[in-house]
Amino acid sequence: MPRFPPSLNSSLDLKSILQHLQILWYLFLMHLCLELCRIGLSKKAFEAFHIKDVWNWPWQLWNENWNLNIVHYIFQNLSLFVQVLNRRCVEAAVMTGLALNCRINKKSLFDRKHYFYADLPAGYQITQQRLPIAVNGSLVYSFCAGKNRSQVINKTARVKQIQLEQDSGKSLHDDLRSQTLIDLNRAGVGLLEVVLEPDMSCGEEAATAVRELQLILQALGTSQANMAEGQLRVDANISVHHPGEPLGVRTEVKNLNSARFLAKAIDYEIQRQINELENGGEILNETRSFDSKLGCTIPMRDKEGKQDYRFMPEPNLPPLLLYDTESLPAGADPQQVIDIDRIREQLPELPSVTREKLVQQYGMLPEHSFTLLNEVGLLEFFQNVMKETRAEPKKVTSWVLNTLLGFLKQQNLAVSESPVTPSALAELLNLLDRKAISSSAAKQVFEELWRNEGKTPAQIVSEKKLELMQDQEALEQLCHAVMEGHPQVVMDVKKGNPRAINKLIGLVRKATLSRADPTVIKEILEKKLAS
Amino acid sequence: MQFDQSKCSVLKGFVTIKDGCAHVVPAAAVDLYFCSVSPGPCGGRLSTRTMLGRTLREVSAALKQGHITPTELCQKCLSIIKKTKFLNAYITVSEEVALKQAEESEKRYKKGHSLGDLDGIPIAVKDNFSTSGIETTCASNMLRGKGYVPPYNATVVQKLLDQGALLMGKTNLDEFAMGSGSTDGVFGPVKNPWSYSKQYREKRKQKSHCENEDSNWLITGGSSGGSAAAVSAFTCFAALGSDTGGSTRNPAAHCGLVGLKPSYGLVSRHGLIPLVNSMDVPGILTRCVDDAAIVLGVLAGHDPKDSTTIQDPVKPFVLPSLTDVSKLCIGIPKEYLTPELSSEVRSLWSKAANLFESEGAKVIEVSLPHTSYSIVCYHVLCTSEVASNMARFDGLEYGHRCDIDVSTEAMYAATRREGFNDVVRGRILSGNFFLLKENYENYFVKAQKVRRLIANDFVTVFNSGVDVLLTPTTLSEAVPYTEFIKEDNRTRSAQDDIFTQAANMAGLPAVSVPMALSNQGLPIGLQFIGRAFCDQELLTIAKWFEKQVQFPVIQLQELMDDCSSVFENEKLASVSLKQ
Repeated sequence: MPRFPPSLNSSLDLKSILQHLQILWYLFLMHLCLELCRIGLSKKAFEAFHIKDVWNWPWQLWNENWNLNIVHYIFQNLSLFVQVLNRRCVEAAVMTGLALNCRINKKSLFDRKHYFYADLPAGYQITQQRLPIAVNGSLVYSFCAGKNRSQVINKTARVKQIQLEQDSGKSLHDDLRSQTLIDLNRAGVGLLEVVLEPDMSCGEEAATAVRELQLILQALGTSQANMAEGQLRVDANISVHHPGEPLGVRTEVKNLNSARFLAKAIDYEIQRQINELENGGEILNETRSFDSKLGCTIPMRDKEGKQDYRFMPEPNLPPLLLYDTESLPAGADPQQVIDIDRIREQLPELPSVTREKLVQQYGMLPEHSFTLLNEVGLLEFFQNVMKETRAEPKKVTSWVLNTLLGFLKQQNLAVSESPVTPSALAELLNLLDRKAISSSAAKQVFEELWRNEGKTPAQIVSEKKLELMQDQEALEQLCHAVMEGHPQVVMDVKKGNPRAINKLIGLVRKATLSRADPTVIKEILEKKLAS
Repeated sequence: MQFDQSKCSVLKGFVTIKDGCAHVVPAAAVDLYFCSVSPGPCGGRLSTRTMLGRTLREVSAALKQGHITPTELCQKCLSIIKKTKFLNAYITVSEEVALKQAEESEKRYKKGHSLGDLDGIPIAVKDNFSTSGIETTCASNMLRGKGYVPPYNATVVQKLLDQGALLMGKTNLDEFAMGSGSTDGVFGPVKNPWSYSKQYREKRKQKSHCENEDSNWLITGGSSGGSAAAVSAFTCFAALGSDTGGSTRNPAAHCGLVGLKPSYGLVSRHGLIPLVNSMDVPGILTRCVDDAAIVLGVLAGHDPKDSTTIQDPVKPFVLPSLTDVSKLCIGIPKEYLTPELSSEVRSLWSKAANLFESEGAKVIEVSLPHTSYSIVCYHVLCTSEVASNMARFDGLEYGHRCDIDVSTEAMYAATRREGFNDVVRGRILSGNFFLLKENYENYFVKAQKVRRLIANDFVTVFNSGVDVLLTPTTLSEAVPYTEFIKEDNRTRSAQDDIFTQAANMAGLPAVSVPMALSNQGLPIGLQFIGRAFCDQELLTIAKWFEKQVQFPVIQLQELMDDCSSVFENEKLASVSLKQ
């Protein structure tokens, strides 16, 4: 009887827990058509169809005389017809494979996987069971650890394979009225399945790896990889074992649709399995789902027993052949063949390279480069500010990461929704840089800009009279008046209390309505006190 | 002036037909009519006409010269469809669509902008091809129940329509094209027009005197029996069938037609409701080889919607007339000489071989050693793919759905029980058995391996210098329905597909050409199998053969006479029902 570590801490021993991660996301099979479909269906905006109504809906679409492409797209899903492979999907798969350092198979095969389910219109899913399009890659991801999260740790998860598949529809079970609703909008859409080897050992690692993958896909443009919209879904396979022993029985937690839930579900499942084994129970090889409200995983009801998927080669799709520069047949029509080397040349900059560049170019801290990339659109915002400002990169980084991001987070806004534009922030930072305003005044201007009343920073500064007092004489008079009014403090300074001068500075600043530069005030005061 | 006159006389001809025989269109009149418009130098009378006299090509010429208008032609065919309704060849007659298409075609002809050989030509399509706006049933309750109306045309249908062809209707078949008799569809069996031919009737009269004529009608063969009957009974000039194991060639042989199964990959299957994806090919049924070539020229070519179609461009072609066959090598596969082969077919087969030999061709016996395993492997692969393809009919998205709603599983089960007939359910069950994890290696994979051997057999023979193989198409001539149903569908399919399915297993082009009438006065066809993608070569040889054998035209005067009586009976029946 194996012994299991008694506490959560020891269970996080890196070697003791292994997970298999399967990450799914989808591409646009009928690239344009899907977009059209979304627009076309927006009236019904992803409204689910009652199971009894499903029969009617394509005909309704047809009768409404919507774009033929939409109908075609839908009928492809409900297909009474043979499937064809979309070139864009293959290119996206190759691109993703290359970005994940995979070996691209020059020949890959398609198979049918059969099961009856209401959201699977053809009764089978086309997948690549025997020979997938890409194998043996790696996903390098990093996370920040230690005090202040300033230590960057690099990790590698091996990619077992990447396969092309078809997505199914969505089923929504309404227990209250005991009915099932089916949404077939995404059925038949191309899907890439990335299978990772069991190289991760806690929820946070998994979540970080998935986040990195998401960034890579977004950089490649192969998927928007929005988890909330189901464009990237994760099935996590989790097992626990003792160091040096074979992998334990694994469970699969299906359809995790946010990085946070992924981390939570994995950590919960690890603990549940340990507890189960500690108490002499056993782990069943089962499919579970994550209940985000209760924060726990529960067995799924609908796939009972072992399925025999009756795999069969897909007769409508001949073997998929890819070429490289060497093997490319002479005189081949570029529209008919896919050249791996050509795709490799066109690979965009990957996030890890972007981060490295940021660190080198701007002297940025590595953890700051992570934050800049992790928020959608933040890097672009930063770069746009940099283009228009003379301010130091460190200053800009600080304003973008602390001030702007802080405001966005507080109001739960995306970068694209920011009321402050990169140009406005750049102008503000320029004012600060040439000491036209103080940094506290700059904060005030930012708050005004956030209210978005259409004023430029310069307008706000002049309206609110926030510019620094440049009139040396007036400032000297004010200092004089303050010293006159507070003889006790002046005495303290003279007695040698170095902090007392700060009080005087504060009083002068107050008198200037915070418009004077404290260093200038200090200079004047020191001169006066010394005389 | 002369031109106008000839047109007038044609029109007069029509008027007499219409006026003279309100219910009857004597076949003689039909023949006479086509002869009179025939522009060729051999425009003799009916008695001297061969079947070539009424081909698609001739009608096309008549249309171009204005001897007849598409609308007249269309109405003519519609009236014959009505009069031959009892043959059960059509499931849906798309009269309005056809007349509208004819009208448009007529406009084009008037402007002198005809689209080609098929413009204004009535055609029929097997009811397992999707047709935009026209119900598609596959002769199954599964689709018929809710009236499945596809929103798009199958590629082959679209290509015909793009050429200006008139779609007369959708033809009858075995449910989901599973069968070899056209007897197992939900709309009932198709009757072979030859049952009512003068040739057959006269032979029967000589033999027996007391048998009930009506109960002894013959099957058409299948599963494209409706398409075969439609072409054979003059309701259209060409029809689309589908050919998975012989479904086009078998009824062509029984109905005295040319039945072409093109090379797999030459013609798009997009919109053909799938039976066995790796073997399905749209088939062509016509009255002569030249017509099949015209239709193939239109249908062939790459379709982005079907990945199995070849990329090379295919151009429409005209078959050359072979005069010299001395350079040809004809292979006679010895394994096709089975004990079940009827003596009559056997002797015609050897007569055909002698014909080639006497004209100087090299005729040699060849061996396809894996032939005997073919039908068994075909059964395994066919049912496996059937099981997979039929999975989509679950009652959710389209088609029939039962009333049971206790659970999704119960709904699936009842829907599929109610929607499919025994044949389809039987094939689904065996197919799923073969695909089970524990059986996959022993059945499916093995059958695929044997399939490779079968394909290699053909490659070896063709590499040895053989140009085409000559084989029987069927074991015997068409049998009466009452005889046919003594065996179940599976047994019948296994027997009837014996000579045809190997070409599907190997993806080769094959054509059945009618050779002669049997002692009973029924057509017997022989099959030519060619090299992959050498369809044109195959048809050229078939054309030479066709010209040598001079297969007689079906004489349907009696059918037409019978029609009238059948028609009247039907009327009476409906009247009595109403009362």
